[in-house]
Amino acid sequence: MKFTDYKTESHYDEYFEADGIPRPAMSPFIRRIDGFSKNEVLRRKSAAESALLQAGITFSVYREQQAEIDRIFPFDIIPRIIDSDDWDTIERGLKQRIYAINEFIDDIYNDQKIVKDKVIPKEIITSAKSYRPQCAGFHPPNRVWCHVAGIDIVRNSDGQLHVLEDNLRCPSGVSYVLENREILKRTFPVIFGTMRVYPIDDYPNRLYETLCELAPENVDSPNIAVLTPGIYNSAYFEHSFLAREMGVQLVEGRDLIVIDGFVYMKMIYGFERVDVIYRRIDDDFIDPLSFRDDSTLGIPGITEAYLNGRIALANSLGTGIADDKAIYAYVPEMIKYYMGEDTILLNVPTYLCSDEKQRQHVIRNIKKLVVKSVNESGGYGMLIGPHSSKEQRAEFIEKIKADPRNYIAQPTLDLSCVPTIIDNHFEPRHVDLRPYVLYGNDIWVLPGGLTRVALPKDSLVVNSSQGGGSKDTWVLQPSDSEAASAPGLIKAHGGGRGEDAQ
Amino acid sequence: MLSRVAESIFWISRYIERAENTARFIDVNARLILDMPLDLNLQWEPIIRITGDSDFFASQYSSANQENVVNFLVFDQNYTNSIISCVNKARENARTVREIISTEMWQCINEFHLFLSNPTAHSEAFASPNSFFNKIKNYSQLLAGIRESTMFHNEGWDFSRMGRFLERADKTSRILDMKYFIIMPEVDYVGTAFDALQWAALLRSASALDMYRKQYKQLSPSNITQFLFFDPDFPRSVRYCLRKCDISMHDITGAPRGSYSTLAERQLGMLQAEIEYTDVTEIMQDGLHEYIDTFQLKLNRVGEAVASSFFATQRPETLIERKRIR
Repeated sequence: MKFTDYKTESHYDEYFEADGIPRPAMSPFIRRIDGFSKNEVLRRKSAAESALLQAGITFSVYREQQAEIDRIFPFDIIPRIIDSDDWDTIERGLKQRIYAINEFIDDIYNDQKIVKDKVIPKEIITSAKSYRPQCAGFHPPNRVWCHVAGIDIVRNSDGQLHVLEDNLRCPSGVSYVLENREILKRTFPVIFGTMRVYPIDDYPNRLYETLCELAPENVDSPNIAVLTPGIYNSAYFEHSFLAREMGVQLVEGRDLIVIDGFVYMKMIYGFERVDVIYRRIDDDFIDPLSFRDDSTLGIPGITEAYLNGRIALANSLGTGIADDKAIYAYVPEMIKYYMGEDTILLNVPTYLCSDEKQRQHVIRNIKKLVVKSVNESGGYGMLIGPHSSKEQRAEFIEKIKADPRNYIAQPTLDLSCVPTIIDNHFEPRHVDLRPYVLYGNDIWVLPGGLTRVALPKDSLVVNSSQGGGSKDTWVLQPSDSEAASAPGLIKAHGGGRGEDAQ
Repeated sequence: MLSRVAESIFWISRYIERAENTARFIDVNARLILDMPLDLNLQWEPIIRITGDSDFFASQYSSANQENVVNFLVFDQNYTNSIISCVNKARENARTVREIISTEMWQCINEFHLFLSNPTAHSEAFASPNSFFNKIKNYSQLLAGIRESTMFHNEGWDFSRMGRFLERADKTSRILDMKYFIIMPEVDYVGTAFDALQWAALLRSASALDMYRKQYKQLSPSNITQFLFFDPDFPRSVRYCLRKCDISMHDITGAPRGSYSTLAERQLGMLQAEIEYTDVTEIMQDGLHEYIDTFQLKLNRVGEAVASSFFATQRPETLIERKRIR
């Protein structure tokens, strides 16, 4: 297996400027791989896969009767590599974006200045299903609403980076980021050691600190818990993983109870007060008294305790308002309005079907567009125009007409590609990138993220539920001359000396 | 520790111990049949009666022959106490507490589950029952060993031990009770070589024959009862199991042994006192089967008290205080 045979197939390729011409930052990796003997890459691939199976890095697909099936999240050992210039843009862009979004949420639940100044139309807020009237007039601790975000970034065929989605509710996948790195350090120890990749291992620590910063001031060592919907949730592995890594309790709704306005865990000795909850349950299901009353996963009364400041939640209730894909379209305006800056990371052009003119445009051009439901994620509730049938398009047009506010449309992007092992050679496959952003006292971006890859040829859908896999993401540190001004950087891995063996 | 987590850990070891003991029942029966000059099928009935689930069996199966009984007790997914159901439930519980138990424990339970769900398991159970049931016992023993050496010896471990020893106390009493259900071919057989063979098989199924011989040499009903119920040092005797359970329970609450701070401690303490001060000759006079029946009812009450004291939290604030002092 060699990169010399690799064809970019005229997509924007993260490794090659054109066939046979590697991008400078990728050259060391490509040279190393091409220096391997014939079957070495495949041998390492199978070693990595068996390591994943042993570690039990699986996600569950439940079927009736037959309990459950644990599946491995497909993993490709060829990493997505991001050079330090691109990363600098991404990091600054994400910090700017999250800051503005957070200002927006705090504003929208309070003074609504951005609406009064007519930067964002009032209807778009009042018509948003994820707007929580319960939160009106509320400020969370430190006025931070979105403590954990996983922002999806893609690169278009012109090489420009764009934000595709702001996942501000319960973004998942960070456990795969950490586990993928563990596996890849073992797969390519020497290459990894020579590439100066930023370490990512301190994510659980950073998350723990972020959660601690939410605790009431008079609490020395806050009692923190991760709230999961339970073992039937597809991300249960991650919930359990994060609780274990942070050394905190993993609780389900039925483990918690609200008494006299405070939230307690049901322990064997009695009730123990909880200060901060990292919740992986959506607003809709967290409190049957305030939201969906058919939820059996939630904790009756937790909303009131939260609004009275007696429990901190990450993310805050109501954060989903900024996750509405119609509101996403206004993020560049938010950045301008709250920060007076131009947006660093571009939005994908977005048509709001609630607007008469834009809706007509969407319906006329639906074959060229991607249509998305404003509150769905995970690749559900969307139509990819170029890959759709006539019936599917007709069905979506009806849906749009019936509930225009619920739909937006974007041009179909030709996502950039990364070489991926298919059978016994490299082929380009489309990828996206989900970096994770923590917002406690400061905003911090994990230098890396989840690179999802659409494994079927020409597919643009990267979701794990729809044939997507993942790759490790290597963010390269600046070269030595630049690094001299950043003494805090630690080399991640010493590596061996030339042997590069398992 | 969360009540839900404690409950899951308690039940993991209870279910696994239950699976092991069901394998022991079947094993002892197979041994007995080999030695009995009888129509073989007749002797599979008692083993169903001993489980206490005869009605359910009768509603599902036409007759109590070897094939039906083994299918029922080992592989029937609809029967909640079958070996396969117990292991599946243990695994489901283990999934919910994977961040508490060790990775090795999870892997062991998972392998146990895979072994039983493999299609070859069924043929093995009939072709070489001895090795098949030994494997089941060994998985249970392996899990216990892994737990002892990979898990913190803290509350979680104590709940696990409580589950295991409560279940074992119940099942040892049932093994002893088996003799009552076995139909003697003729009254003349009582006190003959066949009688002795049956007792030996019972002891062997509780892994007790060797240790018994060191203590008593001769097989006699009252000595065997004394041994399986009251021996202070034999690890499957009822008395031993209750004591270990009591130690773990008091380690959890922090109350000194001999006193109580929860209903569970009180119920268990009362039952223990009764066992400590009972004379085996009285039991033999009044009827062993009746005694065992009453004992099992009281033991069930202990199990219920464990659930209400530890798993259904009702704000026992005094307990929280005691824990802090300790």
